[in-house]
Amino acid sequence: MSDVLVLVELVDGAADRLSLEALAFAGTLCDRLGGGAIHAALIASADDAAAAAGALGGFGVSTLHAIAHERLDAYAPQAWATGLAAVAAAAPFAAVIGPGSERGTEVLAYLGAMTSAPMAANVLDVRPGERWSITRQRWAGSLLEEAWLDGLPHLLTVAAHAVPEPAPATGASPATVVALRPALDDADLVARVIAIESSASDRVELAEAKIVVSGGRGLGSPAAFAMLDELAGLLGAAVGVSRVATSLGWRPHAQQVGQTGTRVAPDLYIACGISGAIQHMVGCKSAKRILAINTDRDAPIFDKATYGIVGDVHQVIPAITAEVRRARGA
Amino acid sequence: MRILALVKRVPATGGRITLAADGRSIDTTYLGFVVSPHEECAVEEAVRLAEAHGGETVVMTLGPAESADQLRDALAIGIDRAVHLETDGSDWDPLATSAAIVDAIRDLEAEGGPFDLILVGNESADAGGYQVGIRVAVALGRPCVNGAKALDVDGGVARARRQAKGGWEVFEVPLPAVVGVREGINLPRYPSVPGRLRAKKKEIARLVPDRRAGGPELIRMRLPVEPDRAVEMLGSGPEATSRVLEILREVGAL
Ligand SMILES: Cc1cc2nc3c(=O)[nH]c(=O)nc-3n(C[C@H](O)[C@H](O)[C@H](O)COP(=O)(O)OP(=O)(O)OC[C@H]3O[C@@H](n4cnc5c(N)ncnc54)[C@H](O)[C@@H]3O)c2cc1C
Ligand SMILES: Nc1ncnc2c1ncn2[C@@H]1O[C@H](COP(=O)(O)O)[C@@H](O)[C@H]1O
Repeated sequence: MSDVLVLVELVDGAADRLSLEALAFAGTLCDRLGGGAIHAALIASADDAAAAAGALGGFGVSTLHAIAHERLDAYAPQAWATGLAAVAAAAPFAAVIGPGSERGTEVLAYLGAMTSAPMAANVLDVRPGERWSITRQRWAGSLLEEAWLDGLPHLLTVAAHAVPEPAPATGASPATVVALRPALDDADLVARVIAIESSASDRVELAEAKIVVSGGRGLGSPAAFAMLDELAGLLGAAVGVSRVATSLGWRPHAQQVGQTGTRVAPDLYIACGISGAIQHMVGCKSAKRILAINTDRDAPIFDKATYGIVGDVHQVIPAITAEVRRARGA
Repeated sequence: MRILALVKRVPATGGRITLAADGRSIDTTYLGFVVSPHEECAVEEAVRLAEAHGGETVVMTLGPAESADQLRDALAIGIDRAVHLETDGSDWDPLATSAAIVDAIRDLEAEGGPFDLILVGNESADAGGYQVGIRVAVALGRPCVNGAKALDVDGGVARARRQAKGGWEVFEVPLPAVVGVREGINLPRYPSVPGRLRAKKKEIARLVPDRRAGGPELIRMRLPVEPDRAVEMLGSGPEATSRVLEILREVGAL
């Protein structure tokens, strides 16, 4: 038994990035299992699945299970898990794998709960054997854990961006679509999305920003953030903050970068008056470059920064802003 | 309304994590302890809901003797009662944790009536298993909404919103229900001095839970290999500013 089942999420008809990463992870696992097939499960009509079957074949999927039901028009985590369980019940799988998305994690947790089986979230590596061992993230990736993962199938989700963005193979045959209508209970559909509210905002989205200017306790007061807003405005940057700035009520939580805030991956991250606690740094470690401005040369952030300025933000930031204005004026 | 909040004691690590010699835990010799920010918000939300609707709030943790400190923190901001499932401090997996919590909830509900709402964090800060709340909900046969950044309770229905790409997903579930909350749902208050004094005098109900076999089973922890960046110090006067301008040009900001 060496086939593996992967939950795939479609966005605008195509598998999203984290689902492709899960498929790539499954490919490695199948190799280690001595050559199993990759099955994918979609919550979608057979027609939508057929439309995605060609592309998914390129990502190694042999069989595509289209889990369709007239009551599955809106996202309902327990119903998705029931659908996935129905696929897993029909054929023996060595593992059921979810993408490292909010939904992937949630659905796999339901599957674990419904079958009283262990589930490991945010897995980076899996070593099948007599007993499988895994490496997974704790503390949002600041610490790794090796653990035994038992259960058949083994249940896990793949940590986001643990594998590079996969590229499709050319000339692969499309996946074979198999439709399945799971038996759903009312109880499976109690928690479901009843509405989507869009929140239009003209502010630069923190998660996608090319430049982020962030401030922490070192700014000293909420008023001091005006200078970050000004510099960010000039640079077309987003403003970020540390948790101290949000828990003191200086700034809204939507701007918090870190383990319990937003993860950013800009070309440049400017950290002003931020010490560099690990829970902050997991939120910005994907930045290509980090510029730290801090009065304390021994602040941990200087170990993680590309550039450092030892100085008072109240002097350094206005000086940079003035220079930017001068350069723009020229 | 009866509300239960579940919290877990974790070390407040600073700039670096150091592991204990056996590699199975964090060296906490010089560290303070907190609960996850998500759970702080769950506790705050419980207190606010009870303030608005009346009723009783209970906080519960499974953890070592010292976790009583975190229960007292919750009592200090207005939680009525605390329950401690005391362990020897070793790492409990999510299956064992949720099984023990479910047993304790059943006992508490047999005594004092059902909890309308069980509030958990979206994920624990240390293990980040993303599952204890869901396991508790499934075992009790109650609906569960995760990732809540807004929660309203009205007429026996909980309405929760969670962030999704470009907007919000809205869930509505009948009570009793389990809701996993995220930091940002509220701004937790700081305890007052009288609150702290009151919390100190309160009795904490203590139970020693059975440990069920579960998983995943911890083998060891290790630190990720992430080489420090070799920092280039830019000075501290005007020369630093002109170097910053060069960097801004290199990243295309000017
Ligand atoms: C489970 C958990 C999750 C967490 N999640 C997050 C998270 O998502 N995001 C987050 O940010 N934190 C998070 N934290 C908190 C984190 O551990 C730190 O407490 C926090 O990041 C510190 O914020 P800070 O750097 O602004 O403040 P401090 O650590 O107090 O640092 C302030 C810095 O400013 C410097 N400074 C002071 N004055 C000046 C000046 N005039 N000019 C320049 N520099 C100056 C000081 O030298 C110091 O280095 C979390 C903690 C836990 C336990
Ligand atoms: N030992 C514990 N004691 C009490 N609550 C817990 C414990 N572990 C986890 N929880 C709750 O379950 C949530 C999710 O935990 P986890 O599944 O570990 O990510 C946490 O935010 C807590 O609210």
